[in-house]
Amino acid sequence: MNKVWKRTYSYYFLLPAAIIYLVIFILPTFMSFFFSMTRWTLQDWTYTGLENFKTFFEESSLNIGFKNTFVYAAVTCVLKVIFGLLLGVFLTSKIKTKNYLRSVVFFPTLVSTIAVGIAFSTLMHPTEGLINTTLAQLGISGPDWLGDTRYALLSVAFVDVWKGVGFATVIYIAGIMSIPAEYYEALQIDGGGSWHKFWSIILPLSRPATNTVIILAFIGGLRSFDILWPMTGGGPGFATDVIASIIYKQYQAGFYGLATAGNVILFLFVSVLAFPLSLYLNRKEVDL
Amino acid sequence: MTIASAGNTRKYVAILSGVLLLGGLLAGCGSSNDNDKASSSANNSSSDNQPSAANNSSNANTNADANAPSTNDTDKPQEKVKLTLLIDNQQDTVNVAKALVDAFQAKNPNITIETETRPAGSEGDNFVKTRLSTGDMNDVFFYNSGSLMQALNPEQNILDVTGEPWEGDVIDSFKQTVTFNGKQYGAPYNSSMGGGWFYNKKIYAQLGLSVPKTWDELMANTKKIKEAGITAIIGTYKDSWTSQLIMLADYYNVQAEAPTFAADYTANKAKYATTPAALRGFEKLQETAGYMNKDYLAANLDAGLKMLAEGKGAQYPMLTFVIPTIAQNNPDNINDIGFFAQPGDSADKNGLTVWMPGAAYIYKNGQHLDEAKKFVAFIASPEGMAVVGTVSKPTGPYVIKGAAIPDDVPQVVKDMLPYFDSGMTAPALEFVSPVKGPNLPQITVEVGSGHKKAADAAADYDKDVEKQAQQLGLAGW
Repeated sequence: MNKVWKRTYSYYFLLPAAIIYLVIFILPTFMSFFFSMTRWTLQDWTYTGLENFKTFFEESSLNIGFKNTFVYAAVTCVLKVIFGLLLGVFLTSKIKTKNYLRSVVFFPTLVSTIAVGIAFSTLMHPTEGLINTTLAQLGISGPDWLGDTRYALLSVAFVDVWKGVGFATVIYIAGIMSIPAEYYEALQIDGGGSWHKFWSIILPLSRPATNTVIILAFIGGLRSFDILWPMTGGGPGFATDVIASIIYKQYQAGFYGLATAGNVILFLFVSVLAFPLSLYLNRKEVDL
Repeated sequence: MTIASAGNTRKYVAILSGVLLLGGLLAGCGSSNDNDKASSSANNSSSDNQPSAANNSSNANTNADANAPSTNDTDKPQEKVKLTLLIDNQQDTVNVAKALVDAFQAKNPNITIETETRPAGSEGDNFVKTRLSTGDMNDVFFYNSGSLMQALNPEQNILDVTGEPWEGDVIDSFKQTVTFNGKQYGAPYNSSMGGGWFYNKKIYAQLGLSVPKTWDELMANTKKIKEAGITAIIGTYKDSWTSQLIMLADYYNVQAEAPTFAADYTANKAKYATTPAALRGFEKLQETAGYMNKDYLAANLDAGLKMLAEGKGAQYPMLTFVIPTIAQNNPDNINDIGFFAQPGDSADKNGLTVWMPGAAYIYKNGQHLDEAKKFVAFIASPEGMAVVGTVSKPTGPYVIKGAAIPDDVPQVVKDMLPYFDSGMTAPALEFVSPVKGPNLPQITVEVGSGHKKAADAAADYDKDVEKQAQQLGLAGW
């Protein structure tokens, strides 16, 4: 037996997976870098250099888009961490209907995002929607949740949190349950109360869970599109446009090269924000 | 030693096959202009070979386009042929296609037509473009006329039907919307429609208003309606395309003031922001801000039509293609609704902006071109239009000479006829110029909701248009 063959033959089993990964993931990624520099009609292309990037950055709604994307990502991320943590603590405590409530919290995650978007845009209708008709019963006249440019983005972010918090909660439940019981026993001996338990044990020791939730929610927020589109379509006007919706509109208009350039920009934007954040968070993690 | 070389061979085979795979993908995905013909004819021969390999194998090197019909004509004239037809999934289109197919099959028993539906709107545009680019298009397909047709790369994909016997029956204003570089590519499959203002006659009668001939009269009516406590203008900005209507339906007035606007605009010599007549469209839209229903940002088209029919709103800038929907959902109210063209600034120049029907196109690389031509000729005949009229209420006159609209159409359609009879019509700008910016709905929402001034919106739109023209690769941008 040849030594090289013997040493490397196990890697040949990776080959099918590697080819699939190459063809379906790596290759399109690099091709998109190329097509972002062309005027592309699916049938033929003309090389245009960095023209598409220039055009994309000149897009009049892009300023709003970048700002909205960042605000949206930050708001959904923070709220998912806060609600996820609180629900996680609540659902790991000694309550009787724990399993039932866990299912309830997780349920929205299972529903199709588009369906959630359509349902909430109906609920948030300014005159006929359930939310405002209920508020009217209480004597409050509710705002136009999705039509008023001041609230529209936050309304969508709220729905995103409602839908995504179940996932954050599950991560937190796992994180909290993995904290060894000794810590709680030590706290009991020292005479600490519930507040100390939360502040001194659960919060610092579920740090890995927090980091996971932050990274996932932040990246998800940066490229969020599927819930926003059925609810506002980027409107009214351009008020709730995010980068992903701007890209989608270019694609819709048949500007495939330009849309690809937008995707490359989004890819770089997400990378520039997410990698340093991930590094920073991981450095602060503590071992159990 | 032998095993080692076998191992190496395997490695080389693996690398080689990987490279081949990669090369194949690249060839399949990207092709420059020079390669286009080669790749599309490769598509032809491969698709031709599958169903009848024996027939075609001897002619594998000849042009498939010329080959397929000739075999059908000479060898087996009575052979059963199956055509496929691609249409959008709107109920009206489905009804029209079914009626046309049934009537055609009854006359041509040796041809059967199978209908396939696709999504409407921009998803449908991408569907059609993908089908064409993969060489997998149906024999005949219904698609928009005007700028959207031009985006399909017609010279490469669609059969030229210039000089077909039925061509003379098609009215000229339609012909120009399916013409690209002097060649005609499609035949109309339905009636034209108008863009203008629907109004509720009961409210007009109740307040003693008359149909406005100038924009000032329209705004005076609007003020009176608002003072009477009725929603003066119906806004349905949830379907943001509906916000464009005032601006687009103003094109007749633009053309009346600046007859060369379309050509100058296409050639990048005229701009919305700097052409006063064109800017008027945005200004008119700006003037309507504040007269709309309270929930105009959340209301959709269906809600708007319901408000109009039930008299909860008085006026609705819209396309007449919605008439069948109103007739179906509110049959008792259809005669309460009237229609007038969007007025200009002087009463003697009052005309209608017309939207052209979609067209039936023949896929150039299809296998049964003769049968497909026969089907399209049937569609584009007065007989074909009569068949269409039995299932789809016309939303305006037909664009085939000799095809009259039936007498029992609702009054709102008859309201359009005087404009046609007196020749006071113009096709909408999107049918005479390939240039149309994709962000117009969002921009008009901003203007209509009072967030942006007309001049700024026009400048924004000019920028949007510039981008589109550059992406289309038009000359002079």
